[in-house]
Amino acid sequence: MIAVIDYGAGNLFSVCNALNYLNIAHTVTGDPAEVDRADAVILPGVGAFPAAMQALNEAGMTGAVCENAKKKPLLGICLGMQMLFEQSDEMGICAGLGLIPGEVKRIPSERVIIPHMGWNELVIRQESPLLQGIGTPLYTYFVHSYQAFCADENLIAYADYDGRVPALVTDGQFVFGAQFHPEKSGEQGLMMLRNFERMAK
Amino acid sequence: MLAKRIIPCLDVRHGKVVKGINFEGVRDVGDPVACAAEYNRQGADEIVFYDIVASYEGRGTFLDVVRETAKQVFVPLTVGGGISTVADMREALRAGADKISINSAAVKNPQLISEGAEIFGSQCIVVGIDAKRNKDGGFTVYVNGGRVAMPVDLLDWVVEVERRGAGEICLNSIDTDGVRGGFDIEMLQAVCKRVKIPVIASGGAGKLSDFASVFQQTTVTAALAASLFHFGELTIPEVKADCRAKGIAMR
Repeated sequence: MIAVIDYGAGNLFSVCNALNYLNIAHTVTGDPAEVDRADAVILPGVGAFPAAMQALNEAGMTGAVCENAKKKPLLGICLGMQMLFEQSDEMGICAGLGLIPGEVKRIPSERVIIPHMGWNELVIRQESPLLQGIGTPLYTYFVHSYQAFCADENLIAYADYDGRVPALVTDGQFVFGAQFHPEKSGEQGLMMLRNFERMAK
Repeated sequence: MLAKRIIPCLDVRHGKVVKGINFEGVRDVGDPVACAAEYNRQGADEIVFYDIVASYEGRGTFLDVVRETAKQVFVPLTVGGGISTVADMREALRAGADKISINSAAVKNPQLISEGAEIFGSQCIVVGIDAKRNKDGGFTVYVNGGRVAMPVDLLDWVVEVERRGAGEICLNSIDTDGVRGGFDIEMLQAVCKRVKIPVIASGGAGKLSDFASVFQQTTVTAALAASLFHFGELTIPEVKADCRAKGIAMR
């Protein structure tokens, strides 16, 4: 059973549509006890960083997410991925969950269109169970204006957008983050969700 | 590298696809959900649903189509036609749309763009524009499905659309729409030079090479077509293969 954290994130229903389609058992929850009982956790997210952190705090779910991230797979999606880092400077400095070292800042290039929106190819830097069985070229769907800055050891894959945009990140153990939307990335995105379910078992 | 997008548009009337589709393996060619699934299978980068009747009575049926599609198709969905209030936008997003396309309503009430972008985010708001050459050598904005000219200059309008927070512009040239002689390179490039937000080319695709041409000659990030794909004259894989062969990044 995967716990999908409910704190008002906009892409919650798209994520659930994809999990339903894949017949992946999941529960949408704002109850810390239910997260404790789950085999894995998905943290969705769309919108602005400070508002999302505040909503997660107010939902009383911040502790449950961080505690469970030490013992079972956690996947943050889009803003949910950015929240895994230590901080973001979107609308002023705001602390994140601090599960992966690094920070979130605006995409620095002035030569490209912001937001980074559309299908971009992933450049894979390290093996990951999330990518098992997924062939290349691997294109995923991005929509974001801010990006993570992290060490190479935390980087599974990046997308080239006049610079490296971390696309898939990890703490090296249970924590994973996808800057793109696997639930909107066609067959390859669905395969990643399927792989995540396997990791939960 | 960011791929250029190929976007099929499905015109929906009373819950059915309007134009005939010739898809192998799709039994009910009028079923928009089945057609969207087929486009998804072919590799469409996004899918647009356009409610061509946009009547109050038909709204529920149309949103049911969006809702069902969102359960089976996992690429971005854009919904347009008859959206004139923030409440309409919210309803479409709740049904599973990722983006909302507004056209005439935005020209009549530009504040709608700002409100939509503020509440739902710029990435949700696509402004569709129908435009046509005028006798002064400029381009005029039209509303109501391209039937009514407005006293609005295209190149002024796109700047305002961007300033108000739209995430994308979908530009349909009335001059080339339906003619099948290729996209309106001149009009598209004029708009691309004016704004930084992504521009989607619409209207005029008639043959395979038209897609590669618009990507080579303008900076549009996507190309949209309806009847060409509906009638099975071209498939999305054919279009993508041709673009790829010409060095254009495709998913």
